[in-house]
Amino acid sequence: MRILLVEDDAEVARFVKKGLQEAGHVVEHAANGRDGLFLAASEQFDLLVLDRMLPGGVDGVRLVETLRSQGSRTPVLFLSALSAVDERVRGLKAGGDDYLVKPFAFAELLARVEALGRRPATDAPTTKLRVADLELDLLSRTVTRGGKRVEVQPREFRLLEHLMRHAGQVVTRTMLLEKVWDYHFDPQTNVIDVHVSRLRQKLDKGFDKPLIHTVRNAGYMIRAD
Amino acid sequence: MNHLPPRARAAAAPGRAAPDRDGGDGLSPGAPPPGPLLRLLRSAGFRFALLFAALFAGSILAFALVLWWGTAVALDRQTDALLRADALALAERWREAGAPGTAEAIEERLAVDVDAASIYLLHGPDGQRLAGNLDRWPPEIEDAVTAWANLLVTHDGQSSEARLYATTLPGGYRLLVGRDVADKLALRELIAEGLIWAAGFALFFALFGAWLLRRALETRLRPAFETAAAIAGGDLGQRVRLTGLGDEFDRLGATMNAMLDRIDRLMAGVKGVSDAVAHDLRTPIARARAKLEDALRSTPEPGTPDGRALRAAVEAGIADLDAITRVFQALLRIAEAEAGARRAAFAPLDLVPLLADLAEFYGAAAEARGQRLETALPDSVRLTGDRDLLLQAVANLLDNAVKFGPAGGTVRLSARTLDEPGPAGAPLAAEVTVSDEGPGLAPADRARAGERFFRADSSRGTPGSGLGLSLVLAVAHLHQGELALEDAEPGRRPPGLRARLRLASG
Repeated sequence: MRILLVEDDAEVARFVKKGLQEAGHVVEHAANGRDGLFLAASEQFDLLVLDRMLPGGVDGVRLVETLRSQGSRTPVLFLSALSAVDERVRGLKAGGDDYLVKPFAFAELLARVEALGRRPATDAPTTKLRVADLELDLLSRTVTRGGKRVEVQPREFRLLEHLMRHAGQVVTRTMLLEKVWDYHFDPQTNVIDVHVSRLRQKLDKGFDKPLIHTVRNAGYMIRAD
Repeated sequence: MNHLPPRARAAAAPGRAAPDRDGGDGLSPGAPPPGPLLRLLRSAGFRFALLFAALFAGSILAFALVLWWGTAVALDRQTDALLRADALALAERWREAGAPGTAEAIEERLAVDVDAASIYLLHGPDGQRLAGNLDRWPPEIEDAVTAWANLLVTHDGQSSEARLYATTLPGGYRLLVGRDVADKLALRELIAEGLIWAAGFALFFALFGAWLLRRALETRLRPAFETAAAIAGGDLGQRVRLTGLGDEFDRLGATMNAMLDRIDRLMAGVKGVSDAVAHDLRTPIARARAKLEDALRSTPEPGTPDGRALRAAVEAGIADLDAITRVFQALLRIAEAEAGARRAAFAPLDLVPLLADLAEFYGAAAEARGQRLETALPDSVRLTGDRDLLLQAVANLLDNAVKFGPAGGTVRLSARTLDEPGPAGAPLAAEVTVSDEGPGLAPADRARAGERFFRADSSRGTPGSGLGLSLVLAVAHLHQGELALEDAEPGRRPPGLRARLRLASG
């Protein structure tokens, strides 16, 4: 992916740029809002990673508002040292797609970048999600593996749906917490792991190949193998 | 991602820490709201008005008394003085001219009395009438040397009320001097009637004035009161409306506004500082974390024990930074709730689906520890509040309950609608209760459990920061409610802890 990083802190910028490049992305970097806006408006990017507070008169929120008013639909991930709930809401309202508070683990950033960047360009409705022999029917809200029905709770269904929509990508615990439960606080326990392992037991029961994999220091991934 | 030390059980609430012994649902409904009369008596406006009415009525009463004294009573005294002087003059005549002279004087006086208002009677020692216009000596006045009387007498052919003065003259003669007071009585009645009417009007004006005064006071105080209420509710933008009259109320309002401006500036300063602190502290932590993570990623898995130890140390450093961030985040969140700034995010919501979700979420954590999480939720518990902060508050309570409850134990989550007066004035609308079967909290620790970083001795062995209940308490206060901590089952060992989060709506 071609990613524009607008971040005024040189060290954080270097770290993010290096990490994203190692993950196979092309990264352009701007150190202030004005340059960032110029680059974003003049070149084509798959994703913008913006610091919320930027020097140069144009901060992250202003930058996104300007881009959105010009019709740009490029996904935007905010990086911010402001953690107040209001700030997050303001960032998303301005047109941001995701909001990550500093300091962050690089794995968390990478997972969110990939989730945002590889979103389907069109909102074409999908009725069935498939990973190997696992099939999730969004209409009848049923799950089958190898043709056999797997009984899941409504919340487990949504958890599985989220994992399958991002099949092949790492989904972090925080992402699951935010997207599946809509919780924006630290639950302080490994309760997400408990939910995932329950789901995993139901899916893998009677099958050799596990589908949901734990990615060390990052999160989970569902993949055919 | 690793899992950070869950928060410690701090616990407790200022205010209602006394254990409630009537069990889960049987909470007392609270004191009834004060009756209208009591509310009226508590109104300063009403008391001022009452004082005004009393003063007004008092001054009118004094005025009437003086008027009465100056007219009716003065007339009476005048009559008496006249009679006494007349009697004295006749007694003098008696000494000079004896009975015939006196009788003559009497006849003279009667002759010149065109109004026929004078009454005289002179009796001899044997009881015969010597002079005067009364037929007979009134039987009511017999023996006394001198006597005053008010009697109905018949003189000059007509019967009327008279004021009489009787005196005994030497030699057994008796003299009666009197005045017909029918006219004066009529005048007196007129004055009394006037005074009664005046008193009636005065009472009416006193009450009307009191009502006006009370209304005026209320009208003038209402802007200040409404502003203060809005401020207490977290809306710092409100200001007292001034009338421009420059009177005491305007001055009070202007002083309040100046005070509010100052608070506003201070709050903005605090917000600015906490934003700046958030930014200035997170940025270096982010850099440090980035460097450590970068170092980890760019060095290959080491083969030597030294290399592995270094790697482990770097990983521990990252975990410590994450722990710092977490504590910092919790402190910021508590500050956010305490500042009341979050009231802008209040929205009507139903607690029940939120709680059911949380129960399902933490149910998994409870199961993983061999516990059960039971819920008792009604169909709906409506409230106007901050969804995210309420969720986090109940999540902290559930997390504590699961953390401190024994394996095989039960954690209970329940909710109900309330309708009772709250500690901050607003009526409480909802109560969320979380109870566990853990060690509970010593009564002495309950009051301190909401303090930041407080950890009861019994929780020393459990990981945590001592901020969990501080946040719950801050959220309770944000919703004009309270947090009550008590023994889940008093008398049992261990007693367990029951936390009741009681919230006002809006």
